[in-house]
Amino acid sequence: MTTLPQHTDRKLGLVIDLDTCVGCHACVISCKGWNTENYGAPLSDQSAYGADPSGTFLNRVHSYEVQPEVGTAHLVHFPKSCLHCDDAPCVTVCPTGASYKRVEDGIVLVNESDCIGCGLCAWACPYGAREMDVAEGVMKKCTLCVDRIYNENLPEEDREPACVRTCPANARHFGDLADPNSAVSQLVAERGGVDLMPEQGTKPVNKYLPPRARDQLQGPEDSGEIDVLAPFLAPVDTGPKGFLGWLDRTLEKL
Amino acid sequence: MHPAPSVILFSSLSGLGFGLLAWLGIGLPAVTGWVAFVFFTLAYLLAVGGLIASMFHLGHPERALKAFTQWRSSWLSREAWASVAALLVMAAYGAGLVFFDARWWPLGVIGAALSLLTVLTTSMIYTQMKTVPRWHSLWTPANFLSLSIAGGALLAGQVTEAMVLLALAGVVQIVTWWQGDQALASSGTDMATATRLGDIGSVRAFEPPHTGSNYLLREFVYVLGRKHAAKLRIIAILLMAFVPLLLLLSPVLHHLAAALAVLSHAAGVLTARWLFFAQAEHVVGLYYGKR
Amino acid sequence: MTHSQPPLDLSPKVSDEVRKTTCYMCACRCGINVHMKKGKVAYIEGNRDHPVNRGVLCAKGSAGIMQHNSPARLRNPMKRVGPRGSGEFEAISWKEALQIATDWLAPLRREAPEKLAFFTGRDQSQSFTGYWAQQFGTPNYAAHGGFCSVNMATAGIYTMGGAFWEFGQPDWDHTKLFMLFGVAEDHDSNPIKMGLAKLKKRGARVIGVNPIRTGYNAIADDWVGITPGTDGLFILSLIHCLMKAGKIDLDYLARYTDAPVLLNSDPRSPDYGLQMQDEDGKALVIDRTTGKLTPFDQPGVRPDLAATYRSAGVTHRPVFHQMAEQYLGEDYTPEAVADRCGIPAPRIRAIASELARVAFDEAFELDHAWTDFRGEHHKTMTGRPVSFHAMRGISAHANGFQTARALHVLQIILGTVEVPGGFRFKPPYPKPATAHPKPHCKVTPGAPLDGPHLGFVQGPEDLALEPDGSPTRIDKAFTWENPMSAHGLMHMVISNAHAGDPYKIDTLFMYMANMSWNSSMNPGGVMEMLTDTDESGDYVIPRIIYSDAYSSEMVAYADLILPDTTYLERHDCISLLDRPISEADAAADAIRWPVVQPNRDVRGFQSALCDLGAKLGLPGFVNDDGSQKYKDYADYITHHERRPGVGPLAGFRGKDGTKAGRGEANPEQIDCYIENGGFFVNHIPDGARYYKPWNAAYQDWAVGMSLYDSPQPYLFSLYAEPLRRFQLAAEGHGDRQPPDHLRERIKQTMTPLPSWYESDPHGTQGYDIHALTQRPMAMYHSWGGQNAWLRQLHGHNPLYLPTALMREKGLHDGDWARVSSPHGEITVPVKEMAALNPKTVWTWNAIGKRKGAWALEKDAPEVTKGFLLNHLIHELLPAKGDGLRWANSDPITGQAAWFDLKVKIEKTDAPAESKPQIPPQRSPVPPPPKDIAWKVGK
Ligand SMILES: Nc1nc2c(c(=O)[nH]1)N[C@H]1C(S)=C(S)[C@@H](COP(=O)(O)OP(=O)(O)OC[C@H]3O[C@@H](n4cnc5c(=O)[nH]c(N)nc54)[C@H](O)[C@@H]3O)O[C@H]1N2
Ligand SMILES: Nc1nc2c(c(=O)[nH]1)N[C@H]1C(S)=C(S)[C@@H](COP(=O)(O)OP(=O)(O)OC[C@H]3O[C@@H](n4cnc5c(=O)[nH]c(N)nc54)[C@H](O)[C@@H]3O)O[C@H]1N2
Ligand code: SF4
Ligand code: SF4
Ligand code: SF4
Ligand code: SF4
Ligand code: SF4
Ligand SMILES: [Mo]
Repeated sequence: MTTLPQHTDRKLGLVIDLDTCVGCHACVISCKGWNTENYGAPLSDQSAYGADPSGTFLNRVHSYEVQPEVGTAHLVHFPKSCLHCDDAPCVTVCPTGASYKRVEDGIVLVNESDCIGCGLCAWACPYGAREMDVAEGVMKKCTLCVDRIYNENLPEEDREPACVRTCPANARHFGDLADPNSAVSQLVAERGGVDLMPEQGTKPVNKYLPPRARDQLQGPEDSGEIDVLAPFLAPVDTGPKGFLGWLDRTLEKL
Repeated sequence: MHPAPSVILFSSLSGLGFGLLAWLGIGLPAVTGWVAFVFFTLAYLLAVGGLIASMFHLGHPERALKAFTQWRSSWLSREAWASVAALLVMAAYGAGLVFFDARWWPLGVIGAALSLLTVLTTSMIYTQMKTVPRWHSLWTPANFLSLSIAGGALLAGQVTEAMVLLALAGVVQIVTWWQGDQALASSGTDMATATRLGDIGSVRAFEPPHTGSNYLLREFVYVLGRKHAAKLRIIAILLMAFVPLLLLLSPVLHHLAAALAVLSHAAGVLTARWLFFAQAEHVVGLYYGKR
Repeated sequence: MTHSQPPLDLSPKVSDEVRKTTCYMCACRCGINVHMKKGKVAYIEGNRDHPVNRGVLCAKGSAGIMQHNSPARLRNPMKRVGPRGSGEFEAISWKEALQIATDWLAPLRREAPEKLAFFTGRDQSQSFTGYWAQQFGTPNYAAHGGFCSVNMATAGIYTMGGAFWEFGQPDWDHTKLFMLFGVAEDHDSNPIKMGLAKLKKRGARVIGVNPIRTGYNAIADDWVGITPGTDGLFILSLIHCLMKAGKIDLDYLARYTDAPVLLNSDPRSPDYGLQMQDEDGKALVIDRTTGKLTPFDQPGVRPDLAATYRSAGVTHRPVFHQMAEQYLGEDYTPEAVADRCGIPAPRIRAIASELARVAFDEAFELDHAWTDFRGEHHKTMTGRPVSFHAMRGISAHANGFQTARALHVLQIILGTVEVPGGFRFKPPYPKPATAHPKPHCKVTPGAPLDGPHLGFVQGPEDLALEPDGSPTRIDKAFTWENPMSAHGLMHMVISNAHAGDPYKIDTLFMYMANMSWNSSMNPGGVMEMLTDTDESGDYVIPRIIYSDAYSSEMVAYADLILPDTTYLERHDCISLLDRPISEADAAADAIRWPVVQPNRDVRGFQSALCDLGAKLGLPGFVNDDGSQKYKDYADYITHHERRPGVGPLAGFRGKDGTKAGRGEANPEQIDCYIENGGFFVNHIPDGARYYKPWNAAYQDWAVGMSLYDSPQPYLFSLYAEPLRRFQLAAEGHGDRQPPDHLRERIKQTMTPLPSWYESDPHGTQGYDIHALTQRPMAMYHSWGGQNAWLRQLHGHNPLYLPTALMREKGLHDGDWARVSSPHGEITVPVKEMAALNPKTVWTWNAIGKRKGAWALEKDAPEVTKGFLLNHLIHELLPAKGDGLRWANSDPITGQAAWFDLKVKIEKTDAPAESKPQIPPQRSPVPPPPKDIAWKVGK
């Protein structure tokens, strides 16, 4: 009872490093630029210079404040685009077959010429990864830059998604998550990559690398642990006079 | 969810229309000739009118036929088939009643079943949405079907049945609301699973990804005040079930009372359906800190 | 089961052609590939070969296409027809525009060149505009550095011959501990992100010191939420801890810094605190091997850090001795500074220990042999993998110069500047203050100025003062009020010109700075000054010429507009004479070139200056026969020579284009750059890559590249002697004497060893919340607001308040507050933020717009909800009752003290629009389109 392929040869997707993302929105805009000029209809903007600017974007960067039980709050930048789910509910709800998952690589796409713009797929997506283009009346979503990654008109090194190519902080990684030896799979294994909303049962291909521990450099009083660093600050001699004496002695050894 | 008038109209009116068709299909009331014509016209106006209203919701209505292709997986596609099948079968059945004074009852029963199936498929479009915990429950089809059948009974002039069914639909409606109010919390989806940052601490949305608006915010992040919702629920349940019941019980002015009961019920259903959308919390709202 | 897929073209054509040029959406100057379709710009991506960005591109850069196509682009030269500020203009021809300018300026040049004040914004052609101003003969030229980050630049150059900013970078490949002070985005925006990525990949530790935890500070492993304005104290406390523990690089200090240089230590001597020098002016040290007094740079000398020397009854002690006395005292213990900094003392210690641990326990050697300036050969290079970077968070305070100096001293005592793993200069740096020009200000009507305007003073004798002691320059740069103002004080020009203090001017000529809006302190006041009239009804500032490319707020205040092209339509050069794109391992420069031709009657501003210079007959802009020398800026870039063989571009010189650095002009030079992807790189040889100020191989390479004329090794100045010279004057020595009201301040602030003082708190009593701005990464000052894509990300700005303050004031997200300072009041929406210093509020910079500007509709959120914090900031400190105008600037450099702002906050009802609202200006460009759905290739 599904038009999802039973199996995809590869699972191409993104790995997003929340430890490194500085929230610069570079990926957001390069995605907008590439996809306006390429796959399907341009990504339009309404009230572009007016009171209520609103446009179609395939990738958006949120930010969250996380308050640990002790210590200061953290801030995490959180980019989000289609996660190219293995069990993509957006595909199965589509009445026209416009939404589909590619059997070769698992990329989830919308065939715009079949799309009636009913919006159901966007309802079915828990991640907000689909946006209806107001000007064109069709559903837009991240294509994983399917028109770049195999594109023979691009130099080999550029056959990766626009957002990955542009990310200055190297917080976005692209590859085959079905292959346990791929660089992305290894990154996920090393850093404990996770799925978003696993309970929704969508089995996202894209993974998120959680931020590393923060604010570890505290005084012993703060952390309650023994001060391993203390020896580094053992005074040589107190006061300027004593210090200069120390200096003389040390210089002799130099 | 954004309470889009086209979808509210569609689902409410077509529910009533198919409910009426279902009653007609089983021969209640047993009408023929021009009386049958009037009943069928009303039912078709409601059912087809609803379908047409739903077309306004589409970005590309001219491609609507494509929606028939994915019946294997898509409830919307199934709804398309079911509605067309129901309308065709009931058309043949109705033609018999109106033009030939004949009641081809097997057709009627099949048509009635298809009509209710249509209502079921409509409700399943919402029920299947795991992303909207409030909808993702068997109470959603129960709610749609009970309203459709009760409304159909009312339209079909089946006073006794209508009274029982209205009371039942009212109860189902209340239960639906009640369970719906817990649904998001018990769905297991929250800020922590959405961001997977819950291990670090409590998560709060800080800056949104854009100060401008977007489709997601317009479509999914409709937030309705609690007090306002409570008021509307009372109005909906009064109009949908209570007022019609009282009117049907009233001894005087029978036809006028029935007409008023229908109008009141329809208004109640529309209000409830508006709430059905306006109160539905799509989990994507979590990402925007709007839950 | 029933899976089916439509056919898909996986290799669509990407573009007809790729043109490689340089981004201009900010001053980072990344290389871009402009994809062209049907002769139009279709898509912009980063250039992978480019030394700055290696292919990556930020949001602004990728949105360049929307800036290039902005509806706010100016279309023709214009002259004002309505009152100033109204925005009413009439389109005129270039011929008429240049004639008007010539008619205004020619008489000034003949009679009183100083009546022209020419100030430019964040332009990247300062060596050209400065040259033009010099040929005109006015002393009144500077760029925007005075309100931007002059503290950072001067503190670095006076201390170590190069600054953070864009003149140096951490050794991203080797550093293991990186500490970042007061940076939101920086000029080096992509390189910093790329560098952070490298650190993160290696698991190196990043410490962010910033009152606000966003952006880089959000991904820092440790966030130190310091109270604004106290970094100097914090850093001096780190220095205290490290010195006290002897965790300092004595060898490095002895060899490469002035720590061993002898100072006159006799308080009664007129030379008290000055260096002991030989007849050639070389600093003297005691050689540890011989015990003898010797110039620091002699072969084999091993300077002694501890020895003292007595001559003629005066004791001379090494700088290091004074440092010990100053920094080991109780004033700088972590406990003494903790409360003021808002950082617990144990945490300060923990950070100091970690610095010590990484610098010394994780030291490593690189296998590069090198020879130092004393002729000593070293088999390896010792690395200390600790590096620092800082920007306006420490520099935009009135104690910023000394704070930045303190940070340099911290780096230097750890021995981590110009070593592997540490901080490294980018050519043309290192270059000490003494190798820079001094300021020039000698005006001769009808003739050029006697030299470049801006420079590095060494003492009172270099100040730009008239014989009567009054300031020569309209911005009062290089005066006793701010003696070391190496970038001028652009933020004081309008205010001083309006006040006629020190004198009145005739024409204000500005370029690319939104001076009536976000780049001014006190925009409301500035708008009044620009429109104020005298008794006879004439404008107090009689004439304003302005060049902008877009319909900005400043356009409305000009009498004559010279419309610029967009960055994709003109030639530019990013020159080694100016602010090049070098890396620590290479000298590099770049160009822009017209990848599309303008479709409007606009002209590159520099080309317009070539025309105007010729019409005015400026030397350097006309041939001997009086004809125009440079047809346009491209012609200037190619043919101008600053010194023989040295021109704006270093690459592809010589007749055949094979020479680098020095060589005759090459008529094909620009084509060579285009061919090469828009830039030129010359790599530094391996053995010359570190220890640059002292590395003989580097010095030779730099001479070859024409960065220097001869090798000039030098010592880092922990002790800034020029500051001491000003102090001496304030103490009454010498014949150039400061006015009495400034003596105490000079003595207190101009300490030759870095110190911390509180920014002048006069008049701020009762205002106890610090208010800051930050650059949003995806928006560039005011000009990003016209960008249809970027404005969806940052279309309005809340004021962020720390959680406790929100509670205290009964505020919730979306409420509005009245925020006031001693100077003004704004009413704005608020939002809660937990990861914020508890005494600090902040907002994104320059989001608010004036109605009618930028081709935005009048109800745009930038206008209705957006706001500027600038309305609360004044260019002057609150009046002290002494009749003097005290600038809200660093007393040493004149740096605008934006971040000294203190406010108070009250809840208020939501107004219809944020306040203040300035009445609308008329838009000189047609209304914008409503919706856009735009595909070039369709
Ligand atoms: N509150 C607060 N205020 C601040 C700061 C702060 O931190 N807080 N920072 C200050 C600092 S450091 C700076 S540098 C200033 C920056 O402030 P400004 O330099 O005023 O920056 P912009 O608003 O970008 O204005 C530059 C002008 O250049 C124009 N322009 C853009 N491109 C071109 C071009 O190609 N040619 C020409 N001719 N013009 C062009 C723009 O249209 C705009 O009018 O702001 C200062 N103001
Ligand atoms: N995207 C983008 N990039 C830009 C610009 C832009 O407008 N947009 N502008 C360019 C220009 S002109 C400049 S000058 C640079 C400026 O680059 P930055 O110096 O990074 O600019 P600011 O945003 O002023 O950042 C100042 C930072 O210092 C912090 N801060 C303020 N006071 C203190 C303090 O007392 N101590 C410490 N430790 N931190 C403090 C603030 O919280 C803020 O994070 O950026 C350039 N790059
Ligand atoms: S993220 Fe959303 S749109 Fe993408 S595959 Fe999953 S469910 Fe579908
Ligand atoms: S909007 Fe288009 S892609 Fe989405 S479900 Fe409807 S027809 Fe399918
Ligand atoms: S993979 Fe391509 S389409 Fe998807 S977010 Fe990145 S740039 Fe956009
Ligand atoms: S480009 Fe990279 S660092 Fe910037 S927001 Fe996107 S993922 Fe984060
Ligand atoms: S940092 Fe961004 S805006 Fe600045 S030059 Fe580079 S790409 Fe352009
Ligand atoms: Mo700046």
